[in-house]
Amino acid sequence: MNPRWQIWLALILLAAVIAAALYFPALRHQVDKAKQLTEKTAEQARRELIPPAPVASGDPRVKAKMFWGTREQDGKLSPVTVELPLSSDPALRAKQVLNTLLAGPVDPESRTLPPDAALLAFYLLPDGTAVADFSEAIATSIPSGIQSEQLAVDSILRTLEANIPQVQRLKILIHGQEADTLAGHLDLTQTFPVNTKLLSLAVPATGQGQPSNSGNVAATP
Amino acid sequence: MTIRKQNLQLISSFALLSTLSLILTWRAHSQTPGGTSIGSPIGTPAGTPAPPPVPQAPASTNLNVVVLDPAHGGTDLGARGTEGIRESEVVLQFAAQVRRALEGQGFQVVQTREGNENPSFDDRSARANAVRGAVFITLHVASTGLAGTARVYAMPDLPSANDGTGLIVWDRAQAPFTSLSHKLGDLVQMEFARRFKGSPTEAQVAPVRQLRTTAAPAIAVEISSVSVADRASLDRMIPGVADAIARAVTAFKPSYVVPVIAPAAAGVHP
Repeated sequence: MNPRWQIWLALILLAAVIAAALYFPALRHQVDKAKQLTEKTAEQARRELIPPAPVASGDPRVKAKMFWGTREQDGKLSPVTVELPLSSDPALRAKQVLNTLLAGPVDPESRTLPPDAALLAFYLLPDGTAVADFSEAIATSIPSGIQSEQLAVDSILRTLEANIPQVQRLKILIHGQEADTLAGHLDLTQTFPVNTKLLSLAVPATGQGQPSNSGNVAATP
Repeated sequence: MTIRKQNLQLISSFALLSTLSLILTWRAHSQTPGGTSIGSPIGTPAGTPAPPPVPQAPASTNLNVVVLDPAHGGTDLGARGTEGIRESEVVLQFAAQVRRALEGQGFQVVQTREGNENPSFDDRSARANAVRGAVFITLHVASTGLAGTARVYAMPDLPSANDGTGLIVWDRAQAPFTSLSHKLGDLVQMEFARRFKGSPTEAQVAPVRQLRTTAAPAIAVEISSVSVADRASLDRMIPGVADAIARAVTAFKPSYVVPVIAPAAAGVHP
């Protein structure tokens, strides 16, 4: 081949490599963006399928206590009073407060539960045992670790304890299934005690409940 | 199988309720130069977890073995940091140094994994449950929490592990050991508080799955965090964590008396 052509060929190849190097990050960015969009859309679709806890116009506005994290104390919960229209039916009321808990605090840093997690169902049995069924995002989107998983569960337990005295213990399901752990650490095979004052009187002899006195609640500000 | 009775001891009897099977675990004995009788379990069917030890009447200190559990592994990477830090890898480094510190104090150390494997929760517990006089420490690195701090967790009280048949329920094997676990946890946490500013001063209570099936004083240690800006700050914690654990386990040793569960033939069933 003519040396002149060889030079041209080399230049063309070099230009192609430079163009590819410049284009690749942009392409990767677009792929990541498209992936995020798909995931978001799937979660949105799931949320649309879940009927939100109905709020009757006649529900009185009540001061509810929500337990979120606190910036000031690492790994601690802090009660925040929120005025909400709450049903007098305990199961419905539990759905309403848990949906508010999931919606999150004003400060996103104080979140205890992943923003894309949803409450799929909530049941309250006559013996005070409640069953809360959350979407998979509660397990897949939570930061990994004992502390973060414990904080998530404690925020649910303390919020139920503060607002629905009928709930004595809670069983957490993920997408309708019993899970071994929340996200690899915290045990979900047992029920969690909620209203510990009532529980001390009502726990069955075989006792499935576990004390959850983890000392995670910060002093009320 | 021929059994020469004088060389074997029945360690525990399991009732596997799901398959209506009875599992007997025997231990072959040998004499160590120091006079301590040790042995290796035999006769446990493949595919079943080795049983926890049969708790005996209070005796002198039994603590000889520390089972270290570097959490996660295999396809389970655990917490992942922005700088590519993987919990499953970091805990192996922590375990190696903790092991050296414990061996320096004269303890025998067993690891639930030494490479990139991911044994099940039950397999990890079984490593401690098959040894008399063991303590179990599972090592974690969190993705949250104040960087440079360390926390210790012990299980909350569980319903009795003895269901009235003389067998211990595998799922609640930790039940007789919770107070010992809290004591060990407090000792380790106090050592952490001295070394790592911002760490709690006493162990916290959390239903950690790995601890529930462990029939020995068992704690979870969690370091914060994989979210540090550079890996070196985590590495700098390793000697302090190792020294703290070794000192605390040594301090715990005199108070470790295996609790009494049930008379005669106590066993375990999953």
